[in-house]
Amino acid sequence: MSTMSNTDVLSEPTTTDSLITIEQVTLAYPTATGTPVQALLPIDLEIADGTFVSLVGPSGCGKSTLLKILAGLLRQSEGEVRLGGRDLSGPSPDVGVVFQQPVLLPWLTILDNVLLPIRVQKRNVAQHRDRAMDLLRMVGLDGFEKRYPSELSGGMQQRAGIVRALVPNPRILLMDEPFGALDALTREQMNDDLQRIWSEERKTVFFITHSIPEAVYLSDRVLVMSERPGRIVADFSVDIERPRRLDATGDPRFQQTATQIRGLLNARGGID
Amino acid sequence: MSVNIAVRAGRGTATGRRSTPRRIVPADWLAVIATFVVVVGAWEAIVRIWDVSEIVLPPPSMIAQSLYDGLVHGTFLANLRYTLTETVLGFLIAAVLGVGLGALVSEVRWIRRAIYPYIVAFQTVPKIALAPLLVIWFGFGMTSKVIVAVTVAFFPIIVNTIEGLQNTEQQRVDMIRAMGAGRVETFRRVKLPSALPYIFAGLDAAIVLSLLGAVVGEFMGARAGLGNQILTFNAVLDISGSFAVLVLLSLIGYLLHLILVLVQRRVVFWTKVSSTSSGV
Repeated sequence: MSTMSNTDVLSEPTTTDSLITIEQVTLAYPTATGTPVQALLPIDLEIADGTFVSLVGPSGCGKSTLLKILAGLLRQSEGEVRLGGRDLSGPSPDVGVVFQQPVLLPWLTILDNVLLPIRVQKRNVAQHRDRAMDLLRMVGLDGFEKRYPSELSGGMQQRAGIVRALVPNPRILLMDEPFGALDALTREQMNDDLQRIWSEERKTVFFITHSIPEAVYLSDRVLVMSERPGRIVADFSVDIERPRRLDATGDPRFQQTATQIRGLLNARGGID
Repeated sequence: MSVNIAVRAGRGTATGRRSTPRRIVPADWLAVIATFVVVVGAWEAIVRIWDVSEIVLPPPSMIAQSLYDGLVHGTFLANLRYTLTETVLGFLIAAVLGVGLGALVSEVRWIRRAIYPYIVAFQTVPKIALAPLLVIWFGFGMTSKVIVAVTVAFFPIIVNTIEGLQNTEQQRVDMIRAMGAGRVETFRRVKLPSALPYIFAGLDAAIVLSLLGAVVGEFMGARAGLGNQILTFNAVLDISGSFAVLVLLSLIGYLLHLILVLVQRRVVFWTKVSSTSSGV
C-alpha cells in the first residue's frame, strides 16, 4: 500500500502495525461567499505504534487542522481516520492532547487539573492519583500539586498540561506546538524532558512544531507540510540513536536532515 | 532544574493570587472623611445661616436626630426588615431565574432562537414602569414588591450569564471536549465557572436594583416597608424623616453590595474583583 503518493523524499516503509491511519482525508471550510475554503488536500499517512512523528510547515498550512481531526474535535470532509483499526468518530480516551497554551483551569489546583480527564471520563480518581503524582514528579512539579496555575511559570504550566494529557494513559499523544510560547532555554529543557517522558511512557506522539531543530531532535520521523491548502510533501526518518543528548544537534546526520528540511521549506516560501 | 523551579516558584508566589490586597472600600479614608465633613458641614452652615425652612431642606443634625429616633423609638427597624425581606427574596428569585434561563438560552439552540430576541427587546423597556401594574395584579402585600424587585433585577443577571457563557475561551472548550466531555460536563466543569465573573457582575447590579424595585413597589401602595415610611413622612411634611430613611436605604444598598463582593471573592477567587458597582 503506497500511502505517500505526494512525497518528494520518501523514506518511511509502509508498516503493518500502523496505529494511526489517515486515508485521503480532506477538509474544506464552508464560507459566507459559498465557495468552500480548502484547508487540507487529500492526506495519506500511517503512523506506527510507539513512534515520535513531527509535522513542520508554514503558518496556517493546516497542521493544527489535521491535529484537531485526530483529536476528534473536527470532522474531516472526506476520507477516513482510523486509530488502532477503528474508525475515529470523535474524541477518544486513547488520545491525549497538549495544546499550544497550557489551558489549565484557574479554579483548580494543579493536581485537580491533571486529574480532570479522569473525572470527565468517569474513571476512578483514587486509582489515578498515584500516577498523577508520579508524572508530576517526573516533570519536576512535585510539591506544586496543591498550587493554582497562576502560581506557576509558563514552562511549569505547560509541564502540567503534558501531565494532564498523560494521566489517563492514552496510547497517542497529540501535541500542537506545545513549546511555542516558551523562551529558548525553557524550550530546550522541555525538549529534554519530553524525550525522557517519551522513552519511559512509549506513547505514539504526533508533534506539531515551527522549530526544525526541535522536530529533528525529538522525532523518529519528520513530516513536512506545504502551504495552504496543506498536503504532506516530505517524510524524513531520523536515524539517530536514543537517548539523544542536547548536543546531538552537532551530529552531522542531524545537521543534514535539518538542512534538507529547511531547504525544502525555503524553496516553498519559508516556514513562516 | 530544581533550582530553576524554586526561583520561578518564588516569583510566582509573590505575584500570585491573594498576594496583593484587593480593596472593596476606598483606600484613602482620610480623603473620604474629609469630603464628608466638608459637604455635611457646608450643608449645615448654609441651612442655618440662610435660615432655610426644614420643610425644604432640613439640616444634617436634624436628619441624624430623626434617624436615631426612628431606629431606637420608631418604626424604622420593622420597616427595614420588611423591605430587606422583599429585596433579598426578589434578588434570590431573580438570581435563580436569571442564571437558569441564561444557561438554557446560551446552551440550547432552539431556546436561544425563540427567546433571545425578546430578552434583547425587553432590555430597553423601563421595567420599573411596570410597578403600578404589578401592584394592581398582585395586591398591596409583599408579593407585588417581590415581583417588582424580580422584574428589575432579572435582566442584568440573565444578560450577564449569557454573555459569560458565550465568552468562554474556545481553547478551554476544546481542551475538555478532547477528553470526551459531552455538553453537560463541558457546561459544568468549564463554561459555568468561566462565566462566574460575568454572573457576579450581573448579581452586583441586580442586588441594588432589587432594593430599588422593592422601594418603588412600596411607593405604589403598601402597608409597610421603608418606601411606605417615606410616603408617610412626606404626607406630614416630615422631610427630615424622609431624609433619614434615604440615609438608611443608601447604607443598606452599600452593605448588600459589600456582602456580594465578599461572596464573590470567595467563590471566584481566581480573578480580581473591582470595588465599583456597575452604574445603576
